[in-house]
Amino acid sequence: MTEVKFYGEPPPGIEQEWLPGRLIAIEGTDGVGRSTIISILKDYLEANGWGVVDSGLRRSPLVGPGIDQAKEGHTLDPITLNLFYATDFWDRFERIMLPALQAGMVVLADRYIFSLMARAVVRGAAPEWLEQIYGFALIPDQVIYLDIDAEDLVLRILERGFDFWESGGDYLHDRSIYDGFMQHQREQLHQMSLMAERYGWDVVDARGTIEEVFEDVRRAIMPTVESMSQA
Amino acid sequence: MATSDQFMELPGRLIVVEGIDGSGKSTQLDLLHKWLRSEGYVTVFTEWNSSPIVRDTTRRGKRKQLLTPMSFSLIHAADFASRTHEQILPALQAGVIVLADRYVYTAFARDAARGVNRKWVRDLYSFAPPPDLALYFQVSLAESIRRIAAARAEIKFYEAGMDLGMSEDVHESFRLFQGRILEEYDALCEEYDITRIDASQSLVNQQVLVRELVEPLLEGMPRREISSVPTHLQSGYVALAAGGGL
Repeated sequence: MTEVKFYGEPPPGIEQEWLPGRLIAIEGTDGVGRSTIISILKDYLEANGWGVVDSGLRRSPLVGPGIDQAKEGHTLDPITLNLFYATDFWDRFERIMLPALQAGMVVLADRYIFSLMARAVVRGAAPEWLEQIYGFALIPDQVIYLDIDAEDLVLRILERGFDFWESGGDYLHDRSIYDGFMQHQREQLHQMSLMAERYGWDVVDARGTIEEVFEDVRRAIMPTVESMSQA
Repeated sequence: MATSDQFMELPGRLIVVEGIDGSGKSTQLDLLHKWLRSEGYVTVFTEWNSSPIVRDTTRRGKRKQLLTPMSFSLIHAADFASRTHEQILPALQAGVIVLADRYVYTAFARDAARGVNRKWVRDLYSFAPPPDLALYFQVSLAESIRRIAAARAEIKFYEAGMDLGMSEDVHESFRLFQGRILEEYDALCEEYDITRIDASQSLVNQQVLVRELVEPLLEGMPRREISSVPTHLQSGYVALAAGGGL
């Protein structure tokens, strides 16, 4: 059983004290391979008889379309963008993650609140403010951090192309896309590594092949998943 | 970001009106706006739930009834953040008058009435500059219901707090929900420096009071030549003067 505990004040509307499912958050920066790993992991767990739900950013029925539209105009200031993402997160939590946890499923969250906080911090938001807002988040059973450095990361990004927001284009105006990407990602990675230490995440080296990373993640999460059958 | 000292040097003036639906606050702000313009003051008007970036999402959420107390709170904060960034802060930096129809207190009252943690909502809005003048148009629940019933065909789902499941009947739910909001506003007037205005008085008397309260804030605010203001913008002033108020 998963104890229902939040980082801050409990949000309204959640009455359970225990949830039969397991919440596993996979954190890591843009392009580190989270989605690929989660998709393989989901297949693997399902093949072994576990019910799995995955949920990634901007997929909330409420906010998803609005964020995509707003990002196209590049007009979003950091606070509004962050609150858009916070709404998206909460909507997905209530609509997708929570019902799955109540149903005894494994929830693989493709990023959790931490990426959102890191993005906002590097854009100048106060960390204390972010912690207050994201205090509404359920504490996951486990957080896996896919760790990489900017130098290794950029080699992967080069193959698929740079993205405006992943390169800090909205706040690093005077830099080339490469310099912008490197600076933005270095700062974001720094924030993530501080959180990894502070919150005691399980860190997996994401520089290897997909097979290697998958195997490391699989080994890290199986005790959490298997603890469900013992409960 | 989200600290209070960043607001110390904003030369503009921020004037906000609050109150439940049917309290007459928007009418009063509109009359104030017309008067200020007729006097040549540069004013920026902003209203709740109107950010071009966020508004459509909120509207969809309401239409499809996708909003819960927390997402309702968060999406309104996003709307407010966007307007703070694009309208309110630039105008205050430029040193002009900002008139806001509803401000953070609307969120504090409504979200608390929906069961959201009060401290959390205040933290959420800590990026908002504090107003120079906040006016609360106080009206009884019965009077507000009477005014709304007279003005509109139906009461909306979220306005009635139907999402809280307090009653199946929209009128009963509205009465319960707006009653809670009134209690929250009452407490907010004590917690913050909010000036109450008795909204059961005549419209003209209220406006006289509003202008008296606003006047001391106008010192040093930039003005245009009055002659350059089109006559039709002076209508509010003219109508009030004709009503014997000023």
